[in-house]
Amino acid sequence: MNGSKEITRRNFMKTTGAGLFLTGLYCTLPMPAWALTTSPGIEQRTPKSRYDFTIGYSPVQIDGREGTATAINGTVPGPLLHLREGGDVTLNVTSRLMDTEHASIHWHGILVPFRMDGVPGVNFNGIQPGETYEYRYRVKQAGTYWYHSHSRFQEQTGAYGPLIIEPKNGEPFDYDRDYPVVLSDWSFEDPETIFRHINLMGHYYNFQRRTIWDFFEDVGERGFADPISERMAWGKMRMSPVDLADVTAYTYTYLMNGHSPDMNWTAIFNPGETVRLRFINASATTNYDVRIPGLDMEVVMADGKAVRPVSVHEFRIGVAETYDVLVRPMKDQAFTIFAESLDRSGYGRGTLAPEPGMKAPVPALRPRPVRRLEDIGMGGMLHGNMKDMSHSQMDHGSKASLDDPRIPGPNGPTPFKPEKSRSNVEMVITNPTYRLDEPGIGLGKDGWRVLTYDDLVSIEPQPYSATVDREMTINITANMERYMFSFDGKKFTQHPCPYLFRHNERLRLFLVNHTMMEHPIHLHGMWMQLENGADKLPFKHTILTKPGEVLSVLITPIEKGDWAFHCHLLYHMEAGMFQVVRVA
Amino acid sequence: MNFGVQPIPDNEIFAVFRGDRLEYQSNDGEGGLFWDVQAWGGTDYSKLWFKSEGFWLFDKETFEEAGVELFYSRNIATFWDLQAGVRHDFEPHPTRTFAALGIEGLARYWFEVDVTAYISQDGDLSANLEAEYDLLLSQRLILQPRFEIDVAVQEVEELSIGQGINDIELGARLRYEIRREFAPYIGVSWSRKLGETADLAEADGESIETTSLVAGIKFWF
Ligand SMILES: [Cu+2]
Repeated sequence: MNGSKEITRRNFMKTTGAGLFLTGLYCTLPMPAWALTTSPGIEQRTPKSRYDFTIGYSPVQIDGREGTATAINGTVPGPLLHLREGGDVTLNVTSRLMDTEHASIHWHGILVPFRMDGVPGVNFNGIQPGETYEYRYRVKQAGTYWYHSHSRFQEQTGAYGPLIIEPKNGEPFDYDRDYPVVLSDWSFEDPETIFRHINLMGHYYNFQRRTIWDFFEDVGERGFADPISERMAWGKMRMSPVDLADVTAYTYTYLMNGHSPDMNWTAIFNPGETVRLRFINASATTNYDVRIPGLDMEVVMADGKAVRPVSVHEFRIGVAETYDVLVRPMKDQAFTIFAESLDRSGYGRGTLAPEPGMKAPVPALRPRPVRRLEDIGMGGMLHGNMKDMSHSQMDHGSKASLDDPRIPGPNGPTPFKPEKSRSNVEMVITNPTYRLDEPGIGLGKDGWRVLTYDDLVSIEPQPYSATVDREMTINITANMERYMFSFDGKKFTQHPCPYLFRHNERLRLFLVNHTMMEHPIHLHGMWMQLENGADKLPFKHTILTKPGEVLSVLITPIEKGDWAFHCHLLYHMEAGMFQVVRVA
Repeated sequence: MNFGVQPIPDNEIFAVFRGDRLEYQSNDGEGGLFWDVQAWGGTDYSKLWFKSEGFWLFDKETFEEAGVELFYSRNIATFWDLQAGVRHDFEPHPTRTFAALGIEGLARYWFEVDVTAYISQDGDLSANLEAEYDLLLSQRLILQPRFEIDVAVQEVEELSIGQGINDIELGARLRYEIRREFAPYIGVSWSRKLGETADLAEADGESIETTSLVAGIKFWF
């Protein structure tokens, strides 16, 4: 009796030990098989046609601290959803979140019938506590995507995971290993608390604001006049040039496949192999800049769709975007996968290594950038043009930048004239500029090559008509001081009716960003083809718009119904930057 | 069609209690506890505000002043709220009740401004303006200069209020934000009675100028 007990206990210790070795020092709670701390990559290429998901409260452990997640099947991120192009799938999603209004799963970037899209209040009534919703659809595409809850802040607390689809006719490129790299942001604070904090005090999480010493330093470098007039211009707008992220590393731990930087998620390779890294930004609010010091990255897919390979050293990945890159490490050494947050307050980190346990140096965070007035389309304010930007200037601003031949259409976007409920709109950019050739704030001056949207050229079939039937403009607007976010100066509940798209029309949609922040704009249910001058336009489901930018996309709405259109920064969406698009 | 679910409840109600100044004031030897607290609840567009200010003198064990205000606040422009309501002063005596109309918000160049006009039950008109600014010495060490002015249209003799500008107050408080919600501070506050109010005070043998060292906490929750 005693003996057998001891053996059992010893066996138990052995298993525990092995578990610790496999999953790393900190991570004693389960991780999904695809995201083990030391991972060989996706080995079995066996897509399934049926999955059962349960969303429930589960403990997570990050850097030794325990928190509670709204996890799918008990892990953060959730299971790898592996589908096959052309196949029919059944996805049963059960909610065990007994104290929420509803739960949901949205298949991000997947073209589905509108009742399958998973936005409560738009596509269905959500999954009530204890209920199961059956999603069924035919998979019409291939590539790298993800899924996440579309209910309140469940995405912030862990309800997301990777979704990859095996192509019917083989991949357009070769590789030896395949890794999803899910970037996200985790906080031990309740997201309701985060939302309240940033509503009550916009800079609550920003500990990189400009001090008076920065001013004196600036004066030392540039003399008195410029720093003064620059600060006056920002002060006049009541905006901060270092307002780069609403929520920062002050509360976030940045995760790579559910691992903190110290937990160091590691992908194994053999020197000489080609490794496919499927970067998915599943963050609630964090835009990342990704690089692997020592390795060239070949971008081969954007938002799941193949592009002409582009060799870069760094790329910015907006919230909800995906990029597939190939790397070919030849040396028997480790490489750091470094994902720096746009505001430089922190980073996510993992390692590419030939052996478990190997590490490479982790780069230092770069200094947080300072936006120039030109970066937000307000360059005119510096040169004597000190009129009140928020209101009066829109009627007599010059149209110079709209003459840019890269902005398509005979007239460009419709000028924005906000209605009387002005408090939603803190500025109107009269001269939005073409910025698809810019890597974005804080990038491009490090001496290495950074991806821009202009680099994306599709190599997918172009099934839709090239002739534009109709043009439409949507303005991205905000009053950041009051944390009010909107489209066309109206929060979601203030729009009298949905935006109307015609079934199968070829629509040119202009997006004009009248705010001083980046917004990853996501359209459900149909592709946006970015008009970046390429002969074959790249397909996107999410576009990171820059401050003061105008860009245009071509859309063919192929599926009738109501679709969500929103900023994918979770807190902007919940503050009103959301609208319904009706295809009829 | 919304399936009975609101996809984005973007007009959320928030509420907060703010102690902008809760401090000991040396007040030229007549030390006391000064408070300036506010609470509000509501949406981006409509709020209910409660404000209270007062000063308790340690030696005399009396309130030198104590008042409360209740406002309905309506967002009228990007950075501004219009506030209408009532004010009641429990101290000094005789107590007074006012109707109040004001504007609160963020002025250009980041000045927090609060201007309110009052009409008392006796028909006396007055106004108060407060402005504050944050100067960052570091991410957590913040110097806040502060300016306040009181104006009266009519003389109110019982309360030693003269016509015109009554008094101005200049202050500077240096706080350390241990958390955003909790910041102890030290500072100085200088105030001076002016015009007829100063004459009335001098006639009563009171000083017209006060310099005070202050120490307190700024907090919200
Ligand atoms: Cu946004």
